[in-house]
Amino acid sequence: MIAKKVTRKWEKLPGKNSFCCDGRVMMARQKGVFYLTLFLITGTCALFFAFECPYLAVHLSAAVPVCAVILFLFVMAMLLRTSFSDPGVLPRALPEEASFIEMEIEAANGSVPAGQRPPPRIRNVQINNQIVKLKYCYTCKIFRPPRASHCSICDNCVDRFDHHCPWVGNCVGKRNYRYFYLFTLSLSLLTIYIFTFDIVHVTLRSVFYGSVWCVAALTLPSTVVEVLVCFFTLWSVVGLTGFHTYLISLNQTTNEDIKGSWSGKNRVQNPYSHKNIVKNCCEVLCGPTYPSVLDRRGVMLESSGSTPCKTSDVTAATANTVTPNEVAFFSLQKTTSPLIPNEHSPDEAPPSIATTGHDTATSIPEEEDATGPNGSAPKAPPTTILVKESSH
Amino acid sequence: MATEFHNLQELRQSASLANKVFIQRDYSEGTVCKFHTKLPSELDSRIEKTLFEDTVKTLNNYYAEAEKIGGHAYLEGCLACITAYLIFLCMETRYEKVLKKISRYIQEQNEKIYAPRGLLITDPIERGMRVIEISIYEDRSSSGSSTSSSTTSSSGR
Repeated sequence: MIAKKVTRKWEKLPGKNSFCCDGRVMMARQKGVFYLTLFLITGTCALFFAFECPYLAVHLSAAVPVCAVILFLFVMAMLLRTSFSDPGVLPRALPEEASFIEMEIEAANGSVPAGQRPPPRIRNVQINNQIVKLKYCYTCKIFRPPRASHCSICDNCVDRFDHHCPWVGNCVGKRNYRYFYLFTLSLSLLTIYIFTFDIVHVTLRSVFYGSVWCVAALTLPSTVVEVLVCFFTLWSVVGLTGFHTYLISLNQTTNEDIKGSWSGKNRVQNPYSHKNIVKNCCEVLCGPTYPSVLDRRGVMLESSGSTPCKTSDVTAATANTVTPNEVAFFSLQKTTSPLIPNEHSPDEAPPSIATTGHDTATSIPEEEDATGPNGSAPKAPPTTILVKESSH
Repeated sequence: MATEFHNLQELRQSASLANKVFIQRDYSEGTVCKFHTKLPSELDSRIEKTLFEDTVKTLNNYYAEAEKIGGHAYLEGCLACITAYLIFLCMETRYEKVLKKISRYIQEQNEKIYAPRGLLITDPIERGMRVIEISIYEDRSSSGSSTSSSTTSSSGR
């Protein structure tokens, strides 16, 4: 009855994320570039505070270092928030849900003649009078919601996937896009700020000492370093901020922009845009703060006791917190369940390569093929499949 | 026909899980969280259509309330931005408050309506807000005929 060890759900999450602080922090595995970002920002600001600020505070205004500190703290807060938060990862389908979807797909496709490739797994939905295709993710075993995409680096489906940013060491998605945007915006301001006051500092010195500007600059090596870093950072970060401002005004993601989802005459128009720049900006930046659907810090019990010691919330009892010892056996039957109503059939796409999908550990599809006649026809006798639900 | 359970405890103790049904998301209005209200055929014999539709519509309304973009959301967003989002360390977001309401509502619906009919709704947040999972239970005491009874009812369609 006594739990030997408390295992949190993050330890068993699939995907290639790394977690810190007992599941509170979630990042990608490769963090080298993120450390570089941290080093560049803190290093440059440290130099600024150490060498420029004393002079500028005295000769110009005390507000200069104060504003710099506020800007720096805001930049760091936004960077850490972007890097450490869940971008909007969609949890993978549990075996029952995966097999339910598989059965629906089989029912929709009918029986495929031997030797022919089955049609691609696409579901069409109509959003604001535009037809949007939802693709099936073979890794996560779900039909991806609109605007979601699978990040191959993190091996997760992310809702409203923008891009995977190595500079912040995380994906940018629905939940952390606004922090990412504010990070690039505030970093642009910080870079411009430091750059400007470096120039001002050198100018003041050259005026004060009556020397040529360049000579004054060379007596301040830290300033030279800062100016160089800021100069090269400016182009990229300000450009990036401008690009994302453009995307936000159109309510588009980087992913959609790169793929050209909404551009071109033959393509559908963006169904998510309100056709109003202010409304689009408000929705993206001031919309609701979505909660994480990955319960990273939930407890998975590994005790040998048989009582389901989870909270009294019964709905949670059916969640994937069943102990390995308290195995829930259930029988899945091939029912003649009607399809979830689709406005349009998925038959429009020509038969293309049906990928073999990603190799995952779930055993249900293989078991379904192995047992009994594999048919979606209503006359097929229902087969009973026993599935061991294991904690994952 | 429909096994009677008086409460959720009884459901867990004397019933075995027979099947699960998944209510999918309805994307017709965009990416807002909304579920289809159509009663799946597996539940035809288990629960009245109006009750089921009411439950799903109420859930949809809750999610719409959470995701509403209006004055309250702007205020919360601006206040949070000014404090570099540190305010969320001590304050609950509006969405989280609504999620708690939803959780209580589902608990209540399970106790009053679904458990007596041998059904159990799982909170969508536990399934990534992708589906509403409804578990169908059969009474263990009705022996091995439990699977066959669902078989006949499903093939009878």
